[in-house]
Amino acid sequence: MNRRDFLVSSAAGALVVGCAFGPTGGPVWQHHRRTGEFKPSAWIRILPDSTIVIVIDRVEMGQGTTTSSAMMVCEELEVDPKVVKVEAASSSRAYDNPDPQLGIQITGGSTSTASSWKPLREAGAVAREMLRRGAADVWKVPLAQCVAREGAVHHGASGRSLRYGELVDAAARQDVPKVTLKKPGEWKVIGKSIDRLDAAPKVDGSGVYGIDMKLPGMRQAVVVRPPVRGAAIATLDVAAAKARRGVVDVFAIPEGIAVVAEGYWEARTAAELVKVTWHDGAGGAIDTAKLIASAEKLLDGKGDKAHAHGDAYAAVKRGTRVEARYRLPHLAHAPMEPMNATAQIRNGRCDVWAPTQAPGIAQFRVAEALGMDLQDVAIHTTMLGGGFGRRLYQDFCVEAARIAARVGPVKVTWSREDDQANDWYRPMAMSSCVGSVEGGQIVGWLHRLTCESVLAATGGDFVGPRLPNGAPRALRRMFADSPPRMFARDTILDPTSIEGTDPPYAIPNFRVEYLPLDTGVRVGSWRSVGNSHTGFVVESFFDELCVAAKLDPYEARRKLLAKAPRHLGVLELAAHKAGWGAPLPPGVGRGIAMVASFKSFCAQVIEASVEGNRVKVHRVVAAVDCGRVVNPGLVAAQVESSIIYGLSACLKQQITFAKGRVQETNFNSFRSLRMFETPVIETHIVPSTESPTGIGEPGLPPVAPALCNAIFAATGKRIRTLPIEQALGGPA
Amino acid sequence: MVKLDVNGRPEEVAAEEDMPLLWVLRDKLGLTGTKYGCGIAQCGACTVHVDGQARRSCVLPVGDVHGKKVLTIEGLAQKPEGGTVSSPVRLHAVQQAWLDENVPQCGYCQAGQIMSTVALLAANPAPTDDDIDAALSANLCRCGTYPRIRRAVHRAAAALKGEAP
Amino acid sequence: MRPVLWLAPVAFAACTPATAQPDRTAEGKQAFATVHAVFLHPRCRNCHPAGDAPLQYADGRPHAQNITRRSEKNGLPCATCHRDKNGTRPNQPPGAPHWHLPPSDVRMVFEGRTPRQLCEQLKDPTKTGGRDLARLITHVQEDPLVSWGWSPGPGRDPVPIPRPQLVDAMKTWVASGAPCPD
Repeated sequence: MNRRDFLVSSAAGALVVGCAFGPTGGPVWQHHRRTGEFKPSAWIRILPDSTIVIVIDRVEMGQGTTTSSAMMVCEELEVDPKVVKVEAASSSRAYDNPDPQLGIQITGGSTSTASSWKPLREAGAVAREMLRRGAADVWKVPLAQCVAREGAVHHGASGRSLRYGELVDAAARQDVPKVTLKKPGEWKVIGKSIDRLDAAPKVDGSGVYGIDMKLPGMRQAVVVRPPVRGAAIATLDVAAAKARRGVVDVFAIPEGIAVVAEGYWEARTAAELVKVTWHDGAGGAIDTAKLIASAEKLLDGKGDKAHAHGDAYAAVKRGTRVEARYRLPHLAHAPMEPMNATAQIRNGRCDVWAPTQAPGIAQFRVAEALGMDLQDVAIHTTMLGGGFGRRLYQDFCVEAARIAARVGPVKVTWSREDDQANDWYRPMAMSSCVGSVEGGQIVGWLHRLTCESVLAATGGDFVGPRLPNGAPRALRRMFADSPPRMFARDTILDPTSIEGTDPPYAIPNFRVEYLPLDTGVRVGSWRSVGNSHTGFVVESFFDELCVAAKLDPYEARRKLLAKAPRHLGVLELAAHKAGWGAPLPPGVGRGIAMVASFKSFCAQVIEASVEGNRVKVHRVVAAVDCGRVVNPGLVAAQVESSIIYGLSACLKQQITFAKGRVQETNFNSFRSLRMFETPVIETHIVPSTESPTGIGEPGLPPVAPALCNAIFAATGKRIRTLPIEQALGGPA
Repeated sequence: MVKLDVNGRPEEVAAEEDMPLLWVLRDKLGLTGTKYGCGIAQCGACTVHVDGQARRSCVLPVGDVHGKKVLTIEGLAQKPEGGTVSSPVRLHAVQQAWLDENVPQCGYCQAGQIMSTVALLAANPAPTDDDIDAALSANLCRCGTYPRIRRAVHRAAAALKGEAP
Repeated sequence: MRPVLWLAPVAFAACTPATAQPDRTAEGKQAFATVHAVFLHPRCRNCHPAGDAPLQYADGRPHAQNITRRSEKNGLPCATCHRDKNGTRPNQPPGAPHWHLPPSDVRMVFEGRTPRQLCEQLKDPTKTGGRDLARLITHVQEDPLVSWGWSPGPGRDPVPIPRPQLVDAMKTWVASGAPCPD
C-alpha cells in the first residue's frame, strides 16, 4: 500500500513538475478500477456514494491540523469541510513533509500549515478540475459551462447537476491537469473560524488514542526501566513476576525488563514483583547541582562565534556595564497521554499503531531494530494525547516492536513515572550576558550561551529516513550516525542551540558565543526548541539594559525595530491592546517581550503581581503575525495553548537529577498550571498577505521574559533562574 | 466476581478487588473513554461518577464500588427511547457546550474535565468563575484549554437552566 | 464541611480536677509542649489550616488542586480523591475514614498557633464545637482520622511522638489544671 500511495501521489506531484499520466494507463484510473473510488492524489478519496475522504498527513496532536488541512483542500475542492470525512495518514513517502529541513513524514517545527499551504490547495484544485472535466464529458458540454460547487458539478444552462460521487468514473479517466489556484477574494473557507472537525470523538469517549488500541489476541506489556538511563542489569529474578496470575512472559530487552500479561493491571502489578538490581554506569554520576557548577565554569571562557557585528568586546568596556547570568532547567514534555505503542509482526511485515509525531522516523527506527527493510514496516498513527515534541522520538515504537517479535500482538503502555524519567528533555541552558549603555542607548551586547545539542542527540533520526525506501541498510545507518558525531564534536554549530540569540534590534556592537555542553542527559526538541530558552535570555537582558539606560522597554524596542516591520507590527499591536503605560492597581507590574520564531512573530504584554513565593498572572495580551490565517479560531487556540504551556514551565517546572535519577517523578512534583492559576488571555492577529507560517510554537518564547519583566516592574526583583516559584523561595 | 452497574447496564466482572476501577473499565469492559494520566489522582483524566459523585478511578479499587452505579463519559449522552445501537444520541448539555466552544485540543483530558463539570453543575447549577476554579482545578490539561473550558461551563449552565421545567 | 456531630454542651468543670496541686502547673505546661509539638506537626497541622485551604507536604504549601472549604459545594468533596484508606503506591492520595477539614464554624486552627494560643483555644468550648477536654482526649485517643497521623502511608513521615505519649501528655496537662504556657 505504501508503493501504491507513492505512485498515486506522484500523479498529483506531477502537476508541479509538468508531466501527466494518460487517462487509462495512470494510477488514478488503476485505483478506480480496483476500488471504484476516485483518488486523484494521496490526500483525497471520493467514493461512489459521494463520501469525500480527506487524508490528514500531519498528525493531529491538538494543534488543529485536521481542521486546517481539510479547509485548505476543501477550499479548492468546493466542498463544505463539515461534510467531509477526515482520516489519519499511514506511513508513506507520499506524505513526506516538504519543508526542506525535514523531508520525511513528520509533524513538528510548526510547519504543518506552511508546508501544506500549496500542496493541499493544489490537491483540491486537481480533484475539482478532473471532476469538472468528467462532467463536461458526460454532458458533452464545454468545460467552461461546468461549475463546481458544494460537492457537485452544475451545468447552469440545462439545470443539470451531478454529485461528485456520480462522477468518480468520468473523473478517473481524465489527465491530471495543470491548475490555477483561487484568488484570496474568491475564498469561502480559508480565513473563517469554522468549528474543529476532530472535536466530536473527544467529547463522547469514542476517540481511539494509541493507549486505547486493541487487536485480536493482543497482550499488554509494561517495561521495568532502570532508575538511571543506560544502567545494565546486575541481577534479575523474574520468578515471582512470572507466577502472578495473568502473566504471559517476563524477559529482558535493551530498554529494561518486559512484563507481558493479559491486561495492563496484571502487567503493572507483576512488574512490581520483578527483583532486579542494576549497575548504574556513567549515568549514575549525573547530578543537576554538579552540572550547574560545571556549566557556570564553562561560561567563564570564550566560546565559538555564533553571531557578531561591530566590536562587542570593546563596546562593553564603555558606558554603564550590565552583567547578568541566566539559567533554565531541563524540562519534560509531559503530554497527557503517556507513551505507548501497539505492534504486530506477521508474514515478514511489522505494523505499529502509535501516537507518533514522526511516522517516518518510527518506520526507520523499527526497521533498524528488527533488521527489516523500510517498506516492510508500516506505522499507523492513532489519535495523539498531546505531543509538544516528545513524540518525535520513537523509543516507544521500537520497544513495542521488539516485544511483539517475541510474544505476538502487544500494546506497551508507559506509566507516568516511566514518562517523566525517560524523556528527551529540553536542554539545560545557561547564559552569561554583558551589555553596556551609553547616552540612553544600548551600545554593546555580548552573550555567551551553553546548552546541550538537540541535534547531537537526535539528528540521526532526521537523516536516516531521508534516503529513498530501497537504500541499503548499512548506508542508511551511516547516514544516521553522522549528525550525532558532527554536532557532538562541535564540527557544526547546532542551529537549534543558538536560534533566537540574534534579535532584530539594531545594536551596533553585538556578539554571541556558544560553548558546547555535554552532560550525558538525553535531550530533544521541546515546544519552540532553542527559542524556549534563548527568548527568555534575550528579552530579559534587553529589559535589564533598558532599566540601566532609563528607557521605556516598549519604546526602546520600537526605536530599534525601524527596519523590521513585522516585528514592529506585533509589538505595537500587543502594547496598544494591553494599554501600555496606563495605570495599574498597586502591586501589579507590566512586562513586554517579543520573539520571532518559526518564521512567525509574537509579542506579549503580561500583568502580574507577587505575594510571597506565589505569582499571580492577571492578564496576557498577545499579538501574532503568522502570515495568512487559515482559521483564526485555531490560531487563537494555539496561542492560548502556548502561553499556558509556557507559564507552566517558567513558573513551576524543572527536571533535576540526583545520582542519575530524575527527581520529579509524577505530576505532584512536575507541576503544571491549573484552572485557578490561568490568566485572562487575549490574542490579536496582525492581518497579513504573506504565506502562512508556524503557530503551534511561536506563542511560547515571549511568555517567560514578559512575565519576569512584569515581576521586575511589580517588585524590583529580577528573576534570572527558572522556574520562577522556586527562585522566589517556593517548593522545589 | 465484582457486580456493578455501568452506564445503566449491570456488569459482573472477574477482577481482583484491588484492581483500580479505571483498568476494569478500560480493559475488562472496553470502555476506553476514561483515561489514564498519572495513576495518583493528580490529573483527573480518569474521572467517573460513582453513585452520582465524581471519583478518580485510577486510585479507586473496584472492590470499593461493588453494587454501586458507575457513570462514564460513554454513558453521558442519551440514547433515544427505544433506539438502536446506531441511533443518533443526544449529547449531554456539557458535551454540547464543549463542541460549541471548540474546547478540545488533543482531547485526552476532556472526558475527565466533562465528568467533573457534570458533577459541578449538579452541585451548583449557576457557578461563578471562583466556583469553577474551586471545582475544576483538580483536572489538568497540558494543551491549555482552560479558558475555553470556563466559557463552556457557563454555556452549559445556561443551557441546563433553560431546559429546566 | 461536615455537620458538627458533637455540639451537645458538656460541663467544662467536669474534667478540671478540683484537687490540682499548684506545684503541678510546671508539669502541665511541660506536658502541653508535647501536645503543641504534635498538633503543629505537618500530619496534623495540614488539615487544621489558618485559611480555607488544606495544606500539603512538610512545608505546608496550599493544596495544589485549589481545594478549599468551597470545593465540596462545587461537586469536589475530599472523597473524590481521598478514600477511607491510604493509597498504597508512591504519591497516591492519603486516606482515612471521614477525610475532611474542620467545618467553617469550628475551624480548629493549628497552623501558626503559639503554645499559649493553642492552649487557650483548646480550653474554649466555643472553639472546639462544644468539646470539653475529656472529649478532646477521647477524640485524640480514638478518632480514626486522628489515627492516620501515625500511619500516613508511603512517602510521608508519621508524627514522631507516639500516640500513647500524646494521650498521656494531654491527661497530665488536664490533671494539672490545664495550665497554658506563658
